[in-house]
Amino acid sequence: MRQFIEGSKAVALAVKLCKPGVISAYPITPQTHIVEELAQLVADAELKAEFVNVESEHSAASLVLGSTACGVRSFTATSSQGFLLMLEVLFNIAGMRLPLVMTCANRSVSAPLNIWNDQQDSMTARDSGWIQLFAENNQEVVDLHLQAYKIAEDKDVLLPVMVCMDGFILTHGAEVVDIPEQTLVDKFLPPFNLINKLDINNPKTLGAFADPDYYMEARFAMQVANDNALKVIPRVAGEFSKVFGRDSGGLFEGYRIEDAEQVIVSLGSLVGTIKEAVDELRREGKKAGVLKLITYRPFPASAIYQALKNVPEIAVVEKAVSLGLSGPLYADLKSSFSCSAKRTNKISGFVIGLGGRDVTKDSIKEIFDLLSKEEKACRFIGLKQG
Amino acid sequence: MAKPVEHSIGIAKPGSSLANKTGTWRTEVKPKFLQKNCIACKMCILICPEGCVSGEAKNTYNCDFAYCKGCGNCAAICPKKDIEMVKE
Amino acid sequence: MADAIKTLFKPGHTACAGCGQAIAARLVVDTAGPNTIIANNTGCLEVFSSKYPETSWGVPWIHSLFENAAAVASGIESALKYLGIKDKVNVIAQAGDGGTADIGLQALSGMWERGHDILYVCYDNEAYMNTGCQRSGLTPFEANTSTSPSGKQSLGNLRPKKPMPEIAVAHGIPYVATASVGYPQDVQRKVKKALSIKGTKYIQIHVPCPLGWRHLPGLTFDIAKLAVETGLYPLIEYEEGKLTQVRNLLKVKPVEEYLNPQGRFKHILNSPEAVKLIQQIADRNIEKYSLMETKA
Repeated sequence: MRQFIEGSKAVALAVKLCKPGVISAYPITPQTHIVEELAQLVADAELKAEFVNVESEHSAASLVLGSTACGVRSFTATSSQGFLLMLEVLFNIAGMRLPLVMTCANRSVSAPLNIWNDQQDSMTARDSGWIQLFAENNQEVVDLHLQAYKIAEDKDVLLPVMVCMDGFILTHGAEVVDIPEQTLVDKFLPPFNLINKLDINNPKTLGAFADPDYYMEARFAMQVANDNALKVIPRVAGEFSKVFGRDSGGLFEGYRIEDAEQVIVSLGSLVGTIKEAVDELRREGKKAGVLKLITYRPFPASAIYQALKNVPEIAVVEKAVSLGLSGPLYADLKSSFSCSAKRTNKISGFVIGLGGRDVTKDSIKEIFDLLSKEEKACRFIGLKQG
Repeated sequence: MAKPVEHSIGIAKPGSSLANKTGTWRTEVKPKFLQKNCIACKMCILICPEGCVSGEAKNTYNCDFAYCKGCGNCAAICPKKDIEMVKE
Repeated sequence: MADAIKTLFKPGHTACAGCGQAIAARLVVDTAGPNTIIANNTGCLEVFSSKYPETSWGVPWIHSLFENAAAVASGIESALKYLGIKDKVNVIAQAGDGGTADIGLQALSGMWERGHDILYVCYDNEAYMNTGCQRSGLTPFEANTSTSPSGKQSLGNLRPKKPMPEIAVAHGIPYVATASVGYPQDVQRKVKKALSIKGTKYIQIHVPCPLGWRHLPGLTFDIAKLAVETGLYPLIEYEEGKLTQVRNLLKVKPVEEYLNPQGRFKHILNSPEAVKLIQQIADRNIEKYSLMETKA
């Protein structure tokens, strides 16, 4: 049913459709509306679940680790500092191969303290083993949550999935969103069946200690699962499209890139602004395009390379920075071109919109203009002058 | 899909530590269950850190030397001094 | 012979000879029985009982991190509630003293405050033994640990033990007790009692560590008993916030008897002043909990 609702409410309704049994969270701006909505759904008996208020994000993540380990579908959400506090547990959840789903309402990290949007928080988990999906708009937010459980729980994957949505821009932005019918979701997403779980009828030890004889194999198994996810994610997107009648999810989406001479690669809601800039540039006769990366981890390096190998000028535009290097996505993208010995593409990196700094169409056009200049790994766009 | 390693790494089967025979750790002494004045109080079972003492009726108690590390707490707790620590 | 061993905590684990924690852990799980799920913090117990591909545990058991067993157990309990089987399954969270009183205290306080139906067991060996005997919030006064060493200007650990049982009681939980491997049947009784009560329970078990306390492995039982008999480790029980039972002492032993066999107190044995300070702690316990009063 099409509804004009806030992004956070859309998340709550999507999560409800996935029928989680345990939800736990700790409040942090801009994640709060998501868990408030879920708490109300439980209070109103519209969702049969245990909603547990905890004393920190560390415990929120630990709690849903425990409930997932019992084979009960679970959910949590956080942002920024809460995300960083959770980080220890996030690595653990992935290593224990527990297919949890969480939402990251993307926000900057302190210091300085700042509550507005960028994507520096979720980037800190890029080495954790979590699958990271980024949404451009709130319809995609809904669709990715439905797909997230199916991807996570796939027997060839068994990795947790986080859906990243830009704080405020998406979490607090209202737009028309189609919330699917429960019957369709039930058709798409089978009940959760975890093989290795805590069960008194089949007592197993989970989270055993691994010495140097075993640890490396466990980590390699996670790398294999990530490779598998690169195949499972497009397959799930295909199944989604069949059941719900719209395309959503997958590894990435190309927008006017077929004949493009300049392409921006980016993540999240920023892509909406870039698409508008691309349309304007196209009207001016410039061959611009944008590649929206949906799946950031696992990183679809070879698919991106195939899509962009003939594009002369590429920009990576991101709301995050790996301080001392460049934007993290820039480094990843550059590495996916390392298979080409004679690369002629110019690939430049741009950091933009940190801490909620506005990103305008003009700043995107500025980036397109800069592409013909010298290749540079890290330019900050939108800094105040003087 | 590639599957070179099982997902079950880090997941162990119940009681599988029995494969690890810690009796080889013993150096100097081991318990001797005299089986003379035993009153079947089971304190030796309760105190054994290894859980390797067994027995039911009086004077039937002994320990599994495949696991006994020779700590001697069974001898310490026995109210009838019916367990002695003896040289290996 | 292995067939004769009836325990849910099987031999073959790699605890040191005479490990008090291994004794207590087995008493706890065997009292709780097979319908039990355990969440274990990182620490000695976790490492020596779950070295992949082997495990000593005969019940479903999970280890996640150092400080989060209380939260993981809360998740397990919530899942069992959702599944409608909570009444059939005991949930136990367990940890060492560092994982309980220091790094795990926030998660534990949250678990207490939320009132989950969980028994939390703290195995108190009075320092971070898994990392080599560093001081914790439950290290006793004047104990020599690797991070509270005695020296020219120091008598060892400067602070008394953090009053965890009182902190637990202050949370309003229905059952709090201390126990000791010097009294194995008392441990069993308290675990059984705790599990018969719905709600959040806390038991702190004194477990000597031969390596960290520097005593002979065969003295674990005797030293645990001496801690109680001197008044240094009172065995107490609180129900619904009220002190309902204490283990009475017919004759109080001087603290020297407890301190003498332990290397961690060797540096104070020639200092009557330093020993006196520990005797005062025992005397205060005896008075506070009326350990010498026989019940009418």
